[in-house]
Amino acid sequence: MGCGRVGARLAGLLAADRHTVTVLDTDAYSFRRLPPDFSGTALVGNGLDEEALKRAGIEGADAFVAVTQGDNRNVMAAQIAKHIFSVPKVVCRIYDPLRRDLYSSLGLEAISPTTVFAEILKEKLEG
Amino acid sequence: MYIIVVGGGRVGYYLTKALLDEGHEVLVVEKNATICENINEEMGSVCIRGDGCEAATLAEVGTDRADMLIAVTGDDEDNLVACQVAKHKFNVPRTIARIRNPENETIFKKLGIDVTVSSTNVILEHIEEEVPTHPLTHLLEIRDKGLEVVEVKVPAESTTVGKPVKELRLPSGSVLCLIIRKARKPTVPAANTILQAEDQVIAVTPHESEEALRTALRGT
Repeated sequence: MGCGRVGARLAGLLAADRHTVTVLDTDAYSFRRLPPDFSGTALVGNGLDEEALKRAGIEGADAFVAVTQGDNRNVMAAQIAKHIFSVPKVVCRIYDPLRRDLYSSLGLEAISPTTVFAEILKEKLEG
Repeated sequence: MYIIVVGGGRVGYYLTKALLDEGHEVLVVEKNATICENINEEMGSVCIRGDGCEAATLAEVGTDRADMLIAVTGDDEDNLVACQVAKHKFNVPRTIARIRNPENETIFKKLGIDVTVSSTNVILEHIEEEVPTHPLTHLLEIRDKGLEVVEVKVPAESTTVGKPVKELRLPSGSVLCLIIRKARKPTVPAANTILQAEDQVIAVTPHESEEALRTALRGT
């Protein structure tokens, strides 16, 4: 869910590894970011909407990733995937480190690019 | 009670006013600086600028001692997160979320929000009541029991007019509570009360029997 730079790139990599991939985004224009040889499905729809998720095939999905620009959208979609559709593997992006910590403690697998990137930068600088 | 309101838009504004009038201690969290200023100017310093979904902001406003948090921004996902942060990080006993997409009601409930208010549904129901030909009007929902209080109008052409209540094939679980007639005097229906044209019947029914109740009262 979310076909931004990260979403499009991830979808391309997974499809290249021969996984069946469906990308969901509210804006069809964002699908331009997908690689030209993308073998998966691109679907226009809101990942917070149960109907759209069903159309994307969430009921048979092995994994769900939420990487839209909105932390709260990612959190909500990930929880729908996990608690309503019981998707076995759910990962989401949460920029806000505090919010990430809270949802991690609630059992949601979440990555904060803010924390990760700050640490990488720190390592680079301190050599 | 100490109540935190997340979102100072139109709903938040009037809600805060009403809660203050009732004598509660209210604090509004609003992202937009102009909205914040306006509220503070008008109601005294009750609004803080910030993101009500952020734990840091909620800590600042003393959410750990709040009795209730009400999230009324225009975005369902923001309301969900504000309520969840309040509940899980600050142990706020009661969280209420406004939702715009009525389908989110079940999702929010599953995700631990105590109460949801669907502005869309509320508007729909009110309009429904004003449509004179509408056969069944929802008056009240008794949520935890899955019951509804409804009003059914019995038009003159109904096949049930002239029949006693005991001959109506009411669905199980549905109970007729009141019949209101032209004279405005409500009566409690008995088994031998005869249905008349233009009766307004107030009944309690399980959600799923709504249609069956309507058919029982109006005939086919």
